[in-house]
Amino acid sequence: MTDIKRRTLLAGMAALPAAACSELAETGPVGDLFDTAESWHRTAHRALAKRQALAPEYRPDQRSPDVKGNGSQTVDTAEYRAQLANGFTDWRLEVRGLVENPLSLSIADLHALPQQTQITRHDCVEGWSAIAEWSGPQLSILLDTARVREEANFIVFRCADRLYNRDYYESIDMVDAYHPQTIIAHELNGAPLPEKNGAPLRMRIERQLGYKHAKYLTAIEAVANFDEIYDGKGGFWEDLGDYQWYAGI
Amino acid sequence: MIRKPPRRHSLLTRTWHWINAIALIVLFMSGLNISNAHRFLYWGNYGYDPADAWMTVMRFPAWITIPQRYDLAEARDWHSTFAWIFALGLLTMWIGSLISRHFWRDIATKPSDWSLRSILQAIKEHLPGSSRIEDRTYNPVQRIAYGIVLGMFLPMMVFTGLAISPGIEPAAPWLVDWLGGRQSARSLHFIFSWALFGFVAVHIVMVLASHPLKRISHMIAGGPRAEDGTND
Repeated sequence: MTDIKRRTLLAGMAALPAAACSELAETGPVGDLFDTAESWHRTAHRALAKRQALAPEYRPDQRSPDVKGNGSQTVDTAEYRAQLANGFTDWRLEVRGLVENPLSLSIADLHALPQQTQITRHDCVEGWSAIAEWSGPQLSILLDTARVREEANFIVFRCADRLYNRDYYESIDMVDAYHPQTIIAHELNGAPLPEKNGAPLRMRIERQLGYKHAKYLTAIEAVANFDEIYDGKGGFWEDLGDYQWYAGI
Repeated sequence: MIRKPPRRHSLLTRTWHWINAIALIVLFMSGLNISNAHRFLYWGNYGYDPADAWMTVMRFPAWITIPQRYDLAEARDWHSTFAWIFALGLLTMWIGSLISRHFWRDIATKPSDWSLRSILQAIKEHLPGSSRIEDRTYNPVQRIAYGIVLGMFLPMMVFTGLAISPGIEPAAPWLVDWLGGRQSARSLHFIFSWALFGFVAVHIVMVLASHPLKRISHMIAGGPRAEDGTND
């Protein structure tokens, strides 16, 4: 599956140094040094582990009592309140961008797809960890159904929540997009995803830190680069605070 | 051609010593900034509730952190950049010390080095007023201290640091298991960083206690060459 995507992946890797160059102009040689170190970490991680190497999975009795709600804990709109009250029957997840066959899916549509359940650890950039069971379809199924075009290098996740008056969003490359543990979770520990954890849908990107795991998911977008998306750094925290785009460190 | 006798400190030792010193300072100070993001330490694989913490860490003031304000993203940039310098430097030092036999000659201890008598003798000779400094090799206390730092404290910083990275774990899940889980690895990272801080503090006091300028200049210029081959 990922091997079909090899060319896409190589194109994505080629696009990253270009992003690093625009960073150099912004932040000078120190910023450039940081970006180089970050890309070395990513390269080393990818070289040491197989592309589809799995994050560890745990037994049910190893789960933590809860998963802390962090960042956005709700979406502060009347529309979201209404959706929450009626069980998200009107929620739509779009798959769009550089795809041959755009999709608009309901929660029921997602339930009808093959489901994957995994007990994994959630590591926050702040330092804490929680372990929980997450269920939902693999992102790769949606991408294959939508038929991602060759020129797409990244997958962007659009979200309903806002923080500091900005829309939350995140992005990953094709290696993580097609990783078998990358799922769109609609259940946490066997129950519908709670509000504080991103109801009704959130991403699981198991080999990266928590801020990549976009909550309150509304759209999945295939793009060539993120130059035109908000501040162009590929994510909410990346734009707001210069957080690392590769969050596997 | 006759090779000149070696200096007290080889070029590798001196270069690594100062690069490592800078890396440790940046890693320590940026690490204190990162610690401020979640000041609670846990054992095992998970931990997020302060009620489960085995330790609540103090909030480190801005003047002691890099950068000099709370900024988790920039602190992580400094930390993960200097981690490369630190880890590759340590690897180079280990390989170089094994090849040049510096490790076996100067750092590996003999059973007699661990006797109370030889330890007391080493401390006595280091006290202010003692004229001894030109030894080609390290005394038993130095061998033990440098051995623990090179063989345990510094490598454990690398191993525990790697174990905290979610991107490393798929490649080396055994590393996290060996350390007792991700939150245990994070706790050990903190503990060994303070163990190193303790070593550096004592190290600086010891240098200042006896011939500080001479010792520092030796670590820069290499110090005197061994006069004869007996110590080599």
